[in-house]
Amino acid sequence: MKPTLKPGTSVTVSSRDISGHMRTPTYVRGKTGVIERCCGRFRNPETLAYGGDGLPKQVLYRVRFLQNHLWGDYRGLSTDTVDLEIYQHWLELDS
Amino acid sequence: MTRGVNDIGGIPENQVEQTEHDYALWEQRIDALLVLLTGKTQIMRVDELRRGIESLDIDAYNELSYYERWIASISKILIEKELFTVAELEHRMAQIQVQGESP
Repeated sequence: MKPTLKPGTSVTVSSRDISGHMRTPTYVRGKTGVIERCCGRFRNPETLAYGGDGLPKQVLYRVRFLQNHLWGDYRGLSTDTVDLEIYQHWLELDS
Repeated sequence: MTRGVNDIGGIPENQVEQTEHDYALWEQRIDALLVLLTGKTQIMRVDELRRGIESLDIDAYNELSYYERWIASISKILIEKELFTVAELEHRMAQIQVQGESP
């Protein structure tokens, strides 16, 4: 899979409810952020965790979220952000 | 939303203890064991270690220390991969207990 999302692109994290090993925390699911950079292609931890080969590799992006978008009671600056690294198959393009 | 025992971001908790501490010999051994298992031999992967930790039941997860979680997971994964059986592990643990505590 080739990187397709450019920095600055607005994306929403899938809110799918699955169990098992994944590296997308629940607090960011369904939240909207902006692509900060592409980190490269890596074996998929969701299959590596069960003895699989992790192929095909998945594109990993660093996505930037506003803190006050993630936390309803956030008391810091409205410009504060947090970056999370999220695999492409968790990201949905905002129309 | 289904939350794993490890997935605690945003849940109010006690303050994180930020003091440095030395690692006990048994903790260093567990760390070294994982390096060997995930290195050239590729017997297991760090993703499997994480999955094993995340599948601990919540009481065990909260009760165990960091490296205790690691060794619980490593044992589980190696038993899954049939490198040894639960009975063999128990037998070996009993033997070591007789030998006495490690320094």
